Amino acid sequence: MTKLSKKTMILFYTQMIRIRKMEEKLMEVFANGEIPGFIHVCIGQEATPVAVCSQLNDSDYMANTHRGHGHALAKGIKPDMFMAELFGRSNGPCRGRAGSMHLADMNLGILGANGIVGGGIPIANGAAFASMYKKTDQVTVCFFGEGATDEGTFHEALNIASVMKLPIIFVCENNGWAEFTPQSVHMTIKDVSKRAASYKIPAKTVSNDFFEIYDAAAAFVKRARQGKGPSLLEVQSSRWHGHFVGDAQKYRDKKEIDTAMKSDCIANFKKYLFEKKILNKKINQKILTDIDQEIDAAVEFARTSPLPEASELMEELWA
Amino acid sequence: MKEIRYIWGVKEAIYEEMEKDEQVVFIGEDVGSPGGSFGASKGLLETFGSERIIDTPISEAGIVGMAAGAAACGLRPIVEIMFMDFMTVCMDGIVNQIAKMRYMFGSRYSMPIVIRTPGGGGLNAGPQHSQCLEAWFAHVPGLKVVMPSTPYDVKGLLKSAIRDDNPVIVVENKSLHALKGEIPNDEYVVEIGKADIKKSGTDVTVVATSRMVHESLKASEKLSKQGIEIEVIDLRSISPWDKETVFNSVGKTHHLVIAHEAVKQCGIGAEISAVVAEEIMDELDAPIERVGAPFVPVPFNLEQVYLPDSENVVTAVEKTMERLF
Ligand SMILES: Cc1ncc(C[n+]2csc(CCOP(=O)(O)OP(=O)(O)O)c2C)c(N)n1
Repeated sequence: MTKLSKKTMILFYTQMIRIRKMEEKLMEVFANGEIPGFIHVCIGQEATPVAVCSQLNDSDYMANTHRGHGHALAKGIKPDMFMAELFGRSNGPCRGRAGSMHLADMNLGILGANGIVGGGIPIANGAAFASMYKKTDQVTVCFFGEGATDEGTFHEALNIASVMKLPIIFVCENNGWAEFTPQSVHMTIKDVSKRAASYKIPAKTVSNDFFEIYDAAAAFVKRARQGKGPSLLEVQSSRWHGHFVGDAQKYRDKKEIDTAMKSDCIANFKKYLFEKKILNKKINQKILTDIDQEIDAAVEFARTSPLPEASELMEELWA
Repeated sequence: MKEIRYIWGVKEAIYEEMEKDEQVVFIGEDVGSPGGSFGASKGLLETFGSERIIDTPISEAGIVGMAAGAAACGLRPIVEIMFMDFMTVCMDGIVNQIAKMRYMFGSRYSMPIVIRTPGGGGLNAGPQHSQCLEAWFAHVPGLKVVMPSTPYDVKGLLKSAIRDDNPVIVVENKSLHALKGEIPNDEYVVEIGKADIKKSGTDVTVVATSRMVHESLKASEKLSKQGIEIEVIDLRSISPWDKETVFNSVGKTHHLVIAHEAVKQCGIGAEISAVVAEEIMDELDAPIERVGAPFVPVPFNLEQVYLPDSENVVTAVEKTMERLF
């Protein structure tokens, strides 16, 4: 296991807590009707975005999915900017035109969440190609769910990445569900990582444990940076909440959800930090309070940010 | 008569046709035990089993291609593409294969495929979940395209579509799914290619599709108060479309407005305008007006500004009445 400093571990813990609490707040403001449209939360899966994105520089690229809040926050988007976009405000990084499902911020290498399942995977290849072409040492991480690996784009993109030896890390967050359909109904394998073998792409399946993800991601990112080509990391996690906020999950066995919630990646990480005396009650409380304040401030920022003028609709259609 | 919701009309049509014809199968994502993302197949799995209600992986190109092969070999697949935006992911299957196979192979078999798909805005779902792309399909020879606007029509047209030996794209509008309306208890079908005069009038013909039919009816109430009587025609089918009904109406009112939710540029309104201008220009007393969405993607935060509504129809009607030749 990689040796991490106390400070770093506290930072990772804080980042995971930020994602969790931010999404809990989002569920609240969404229920209030303050955010229109759809939102998809990644609660229970926070270890992956933090463990993976902590390997990246600001200049590295990241493409993700509809369930993308965690990735964007882990890649460094500021909570107030994040919230402003989700509230559809004009000062959001996408002028509020993208919202949750399409959140992007090119200044941070965030290529954009995607409303089309599998849509982001070839785009991520394009970013990897651009950095290879420009001979930079940037890498690209591409997040997607197991459901997306049933799309042709996944297979085409993996083959292209392999043939071109692109500096890309495909990260499949296998949370067991694609909308209202369990994995066993839509594929006959359990480990999605097996799919990489047919493209001669090295792959690994890990559990929803921060350190396992961290170590595997570190090795794959290093490989990509050294010009050794693509890899695929599969994290077997679990979705706690509905496909979108408001989905009551009537199709799911309550026991399965309870089991998922018991193997909480954040609680396990926290337990480890307590055991190692890296974290204590006092520090923990301070982290929680600070994050709460940060989130409240972000929500307040979004609420008081300007809504778009009707005249903005036709602006910037063409470059 | 009984009152049902639009989405139940969809389900009833599928149910009745599957009961009648064993060759009919239903294919789509989350259509099995979840009953579909919009509830169109609730309970169908229990009745027809997983041999006929096929819940697939997220593989639109695979689904549509499979439907093509199955239809060529004697089945009558109904495909659900969850959002119309995702039709773009399987365009090869629809445009290059399904639309052409029968004709191209010398008409030795038929391609009885229905693709049902909900389009349109109203959910603030952003640029990739709100589009109206029907004109794309109306541009492809070999595809029929229908756009039912009521529970009655969706059931009747879907039944006709399932019985049709040609591929038919059935475009629903998400904002109509919850709409209630009356339908007969007895079996009925609605013929593809026939428009429906929703309200007769003498001053201006308004040809509308899908959600814009309801907006046009709202507009007609406002306009009536100003003494303007519009004739609202629900086109129902956009390929083929009912030229006769439109021409007869224009022959009476001498004014034409066409209203759809899709982007105005190259929308179906452009085709109707062109045909009217080509063939019965002399009947018109004023330029044709079109109502459609502006030429931009549907932004997450400005959907309400973006979507055309009854106000746009009122303005278009007023304009065509003022701009006499
Ligand atoms: C091309 C396309 N097909 C279907 C959908 C509808 N849809 C949205 S999310 C989703 C499930 C995705 O599952 P997965 O990739 O495992 O990601 P998760 O939601 O579990 O994070 C589906 C079917 C879509 N958005 N795009």
